[in-house]
Amino acid sequence: MSAGLAASETNPFAESLERVPAQPTALVILGATGDLARRKLLPAVYNLAHEGALPERFCLLGVARGAMGDEQFRAMAADMIRRFSRRRPDEQVLRELLEQTFHVESSFEDPRLYDELARTLQARDEEAGLPLARCFYLATAPAFFGPIVRALGAHRLNRHEQVPVRIVVEKPFGRTLEDAQSLNRELLSVFAESQVCRIDHYLGKETVQNLMALRFANQIFEPVWTRNYIESVQITAAEDLGIGGRAGYYDGTGALRDLVQNHMLQLMCHVAMEPPTEFGADDVRNEKVKVLRAVKAPTEEDVSAMAVRGQYTAGIVAGEPVPGYLEEEGVPLDSRTETYAAVRLEVDNWRWAGVPFYLRTGKRLARQLTEIAIELKPVPHLPFAGDGAIGVRANRLVFTIQPNEGVSLSLAAKIPGPGMRIRPVNMEFLYRAAFLSQSPEAYERLILDAIRGDATLFTRGDEVEAQWRICDPIVRAWSASPERPPPYLAGSQGPAESAEILLPGHIWRMI
Amino acid sequence: MPAPETLSWSAPSTTPAEIEAALRRLLIRCHDQAGACIPARVLNLICVVDRTMSGAIAQRLTQAGRYHASRTILCAVEPGRRTIGAVAALGIAFPRPRGDFALLRESITLEIGERHLPHLDTIVDPLVVSDLPTVLWCAQAHEEAVRALLPLTQAVLLDSSDVTDALDALDRARKLLRTVEVVDLAWLRSTPWRERIAAAFDLPHRRRELPGLSAVTVRHHADSAVAGLLLLGWLGSRLRWHMEALRGDAQALSGDAWGAAGAIRLTLMSDEHQPVRGLAGVALETRSGWRFSLDRGPGGLHAAEREPGGRQRSWTVLGASRGEPGILGDGIRHALLRDHAFGAAAREAVRLAGAA
Repeated sequence: MSAGLAASETNPFAESLERVPAQPTALVILGATGDLARRKLLPAVYNLAHEGALPERFCLLGVARGAMGDEQFRAMAADMIRRFSRRRPDEQVLRELLEQTFHVESSFEDPRLYDELARTLQARDEEAGLPLARCFYLATAPAFFGPIVRALGAHRLNRHEQVPVRIVVEKPFGRTLEDAQSLNRELLSVFAESQVCRIDHYLGKETVQNLMALRFANQIFEPVWTRNYIESVQITAAEDLGIGGRAGYYDGTGALRDLVQNHMLQLMCHVAMEPPTEFGADDVRNEKVKVLRAVKAPTEEDVSAMAVRGQYTAGIVAGEPVPGYLEEEGVPLDSRTETYAAVRLEVDNWRWAGVPFYLRTGKRLARQLTEIAIELKPVPHLPFAGDGAIGVRANRLVFTIQPNEGVSLSLAAKIPGPGMRIRPVNMEFLYRAAFLSQSPEAYERLILDAIRGDATLFTRGDEVEAQWRICDPIVRAWSASPERPPPYLAGSQGPAESAEILLPGHIWRMI
Repeated sequence: MPAPETLSWSAPSTTPAEIEAALRRLLIRCHDQAGACIPARVLNLICVVDRTMSGAIAQRLTQAGRYHASRTILCAVEPGRRTIGAVAALGIAFPRPRGDFALLRESITLEIGERHLPHLDTIVDPLVVSDLPTVLWCAQAHEEAVRALLPLTQAVLLDSSDVTDALDALDRARKLLRTVEVVDLAWLRSTPWRERIAAAFDLPHRRRELPGLSAVTVRHHADSAVAGLLLLGWLGSRLRWHMEALRGDAQALSGDAWGAAGAIRLTLMSDEHQPVRGLAGVALETRSGWRFSLDRGPGGLHAAEREPGGRQRSWTVLGASRGEPGILGDGIRHALLRDHAFGAAAREAVRLAGAA
């Protein structure tokens, strides 16, 4: 046998292809008529089909309650794809995709559903002439996660002798640390950790992935990336919108669980983690877990000094009056759910000891913005006399995640004129300007990674628990408090109380 | 105030310095009129064509889809012209999202004569944006200009299907590869086919069929023999076949390649029903009787498999056709990437085309 054929234990054709092959797969979306599936998952699957990125053999099974045959489900899917896809669908591709799309109708708690699923999957295997890998995507309300996982196990749909079986679990992953531990135990009693993909869709965003490229492929940042040069880190995820029609979900969740416990702690990990030796799933996740473990979990007594919440009241956004949270449709009049959360955390390790990480998020703030701002320490001595130094500010490196993805570095520069006067100027890199191409939706990347079994952008069980260990005391303290969250005007910077958690000399950046 | 679609400047006789200054003034005007405008900084694209073709080439570039150069320098060669004429334009790259900045694309059309070609680099160099990759699109054979511009260039974009003689086309690409990255649109037309062949053999039970491959047949558009040769060259380079020249006529070429288990019959056929450039179909067969084929079809590639026992299956591998504009856009994007497989495929394809 030639050297080439001896090497064919691995696929000899895959090398140098931009898109490596994915195993023939049946994607089963449980909750296929829900908001997430309609707005995000179905359009993402279409876009993968459009680009030829789906596996060679592929079928989509949509599981949902309600009497809906294959044809009605396909019509709904086509409608959603046409409305929410980032590109206008190619009707021929869409038609071919829909031909491989099937509906399974039942309640998630009905054992007959899983028998039907098994039969349908078997039929698809037979049609394909080979067993299809199985990817169960739980796009349901969290209350169904446990029952679905148990039922998949009970009906032996959690394993297959010949092909991989994976399960994708949407956020929120538990409502407390105990919940998350319990859900992890439940998941891992049926599936192996390597089969589980816990989605945090922020990790699928190109700009979040780019954060690692910027940190670990550029020599310029590493020397200053320590407590010696960095004064503080501020991570902001602000929205100008209210809760829309999501009162049912949001009022039981709040800002801390909705964004801080998952997305914002992930962003913090990306800033604080050590360079992994390789870009493998566990190499990256091990480094992130080390960061989370280095964060001292607050006691309930600590919470008032390191965390602030708020709730928006009626105000003006973009020149238009908007209602307060308690006036939003579906929100109980006595709701104490926070629509704003800010926390101060410290990563107690050699690199970061003493550097505060400020995380804040909120609804109905001044504008939509997600960014990470690294504030450097001021220079030790300024040689400019008198007014010359008035405009000097410490350097600031800002990674904007949305809406204008990019990086800016503030520098001090001389104002043109006879005297030596200085003011800050910005050096900007704009992601869009440098690539001129449309980034894929986060869900496209994550669905494909789940099909391929690449876990790098999914959250590991211990990682989720480590996140909850930090947030759980805050959740408990706020739940136990009889006080209402401090109010803030819609369209503002958030509650005035947010300044109370800042260390002396620090201020919040304007949103 | 909405951003203007395009701002432009022109001069019948000018210099590179004036053109660059005009672009700066256009940017200031754009800021004045439209507020937040940012010139894109992706890559420089240089193209040298006959003046009569410059409109068609500019049109192809506007249709290139999502992927664009940020600064395009189109050199239109007009016989007998002695001065440099220029049109510089600043246009919005995409519809500006509400409240967002406008991303600008710059284009410069240079009107030059043949006398400018040997030293075209001295005209173009001041106009390329420094520190960005520069791609030379050889849409027409202006070899003198190509020689002059190569030192400015990191990648050459060409379409080997434009050249009548396949051997000449492949040999040219191979020689260029010694100095620059080459992105061949003929090669990119075979990308979905290569991806699908790779996917077909990603399954272990199919991969076991590889040593037993006995025949490969490739059908192609009448202009796209090069794409077929490159696909066969790729198969041969990946599987380490010993390749020999194919023989035949314009309609069909055939010959043998040699693998560890013996000869593999290679056939390359022109398909008169194929309406667009590129491949029409690929079929692979093994000594055991297994056969796998891919054919162009609506909504993707039509795949068919015949097992040694005779059982047959067919299905559609989903994927939209990129069309010629999309392939050009893909070519521009690939100029930012590196494709190590192309060189090896081109080398083997030259062997196959050797006596064709």
